[in-house]
Amino acid sequence: MNDPIITIDGLNKTYDGGFQALTRVDLTIQRGEIFALLGPNGAGKTTLISLVCGLVNPSEGHVIVDGFDSVRDYRQARERIGLVPQELTNEAFETVWNTVSFSRGLFGKSPNPAHIEKVLKSLSLWDKRHNRLMTLSGGMKRRVLIAKALSHEPRILFLDEPTAGVDVELRRDMWNVVRGLRDDGVTIILTTHYIEEAEEMADRIGVINRGEIVLVEEKAALMKKLGSKQLTLQLHSPLAELPPALAQEELSLAADGYELVYTYDGRQEEEGRGISTLLTQLEQAGISFKDLHTRQSSLEDIFVDLVKERS
Amino acid sequence: MNLYPVRAIYMAEMARTRRTLLQSIVSPVISTSLYFVVFGAAIGSRITEIGGVSYGAFIVPGLIMLMLLTQSVSNASFGIFFPKFSGSIYEILSAPISYLEIVVGYVGAAASKSILLGLIILGTSSFFVPLEIAHPFWMLTFLVLTAVTFSLLGFIIGIWADGFDKLQLVPLLVITPLTFLGGSFYSIDMLPPFWQSVTLANPVVYLVSGFRWSFYGISDVSLGASVAMILLFLAASLATIAWIFRTGYRLKP
Repeated sequence: MNDPIITIDGLNKTYDGGFQALTRVDLTIQRGEIFALLGPNGAGKTTLISLVCGLVNPSEGHVIVDGFDSVRDYRQARERIGLVPQELTNEAFETVWNTVSFSRGLFGKSPNPAHIEKVLKSLSLWDKRHNRLMTLSGGMKRRVLIAKALSHEPRILFLDEPTAGVDVELRRDMWNVVRGLRDDGVTIILTTHYIEEAEEMADRIGVINRGEIVLVEEKAALMKKLGSKQLTLQLHSPLAELPPALAQEELSLAADGYELVYTYDGRQEEEGRGISTLLTQLEQAGISFKDLHTRQSSLEDIFVDLVKERS
Repeated sequence: MNLYPVRAIYMAEMARTRRTLLQSIVSPVISTSLYFVVFGAAIGSRITEIGGVSYGAFIVPGLIMLMLLTQSVSNASFGIFFPKFSGSIYEILSAPISYLEIVVGYVGAAASKSILLGLIILGTSSFFVPLEIAHPFWMLTFLVLTAVTFSLLGFIIGIWADGFDKLQLVPLLVITPLTFLGGSFYSIDMLPPFWQSVTLANPVVYLVSGFRWSFYGISDVSLGASVAMILLFLAASLATIAWIFRTGYRLKP
């Protein structure tokens, strides 16, 4: 797949106080994908989104949105983008219907009550359409922000921490909404602190740290490349130490010798010393086990390792 | 110019006026009526005619101008300050609209409200004093130009202000004193010569004078000077707003 919808080229941002928020960021977002941008607090995620959406002026570099320069051709670039900000910001005294209709007009679109109705229904906001925003719960306000961002039928949707402060049930609802949008051809870029969210939804993952893109990878490939698996065998009898025939860096003892832990990532199998070899060796050494389980490292483990490594 | 975003901003701002009708319309009308009671009826009865116009009728243009200036600044500054304060300004800044469209939307709404208010006060005045408008075209021209210019000034203040205190600072400490000292309730001929010269440095004198001329054909300064002053104000406000949007001052880091 090589059909870029956003191309970020050499983007730098230094704020007036001298703080460099972004350093030569190059990034390409493919049409129709869900791209998750991960990073610790202050890494530059929101600055990057703000630059693409026109909320912050770049110090250097360019952003091309669907073939249009985000500064020179700002009208064409911005009309393709919907933004859901991190903060719950809205006009407290407006009704849901009015604020979503306002957003559509603001983005230069003629009134289309049928579309607004569709968006509100898809986000379970239809029953609340006459409610003032100040009367809604935090989760509902978050949905209103998504509805506002979708009101002008954008082809690209930025979700900046979309499920921050949202309960688990609502979070899963929102994931379904996002997947539905992707199925409709909307490209989605989300920043999140919840690794689970990225792991659940993203096609590709980008990691940003201290204003630099550290890594961009297909999620599956990233998990395969950097993720590891662990096989834990619970032994019938404890071992004081590993027999010399079994000594290898991937194998260790735990739980006072009652557990044998084998850490592997696929290379071992290719080198002819994978799980099956280990089990044969154990049998030959007369070591028996009563139970076993495997665990795969999560995206969170990978992310923490990556950020720690670069710090 | 794309009219949909302009309309969206304009209608949202006008809807805010409808929601706050008491504060937006009723309150200034009551204030103006009180001015008539105090200055027109109580004090005015002891003051002789000025330039052949009864004192009650003489202060009408000044009162309208007082409300026009303060309400234009107040409406426009609050209109743009509130989205900044609530954070919803992100939507305006990320929308595919030009700076001109943003200004036309916000300033147009603020000026419309002020003009409407000015006309309501004019109507209210007619209940208290006999009114005549010698030059209706110029009256409307001054009304519209002043409302637009001071709404632009309010827009600038709304962007500059980073708190509610600053939002009130300029209207309270600059606009209101200049208006009171700008001949709203008197002709500058009534001042000693020294203070007459000092007063001519007050730009509001030119606005009140020109506006009063459109009613009664009497003025403290020439019509040309009044028109030049309002156009100078307009140009300065437009230049400042152009600079704000070019640099992103207090809008875009």
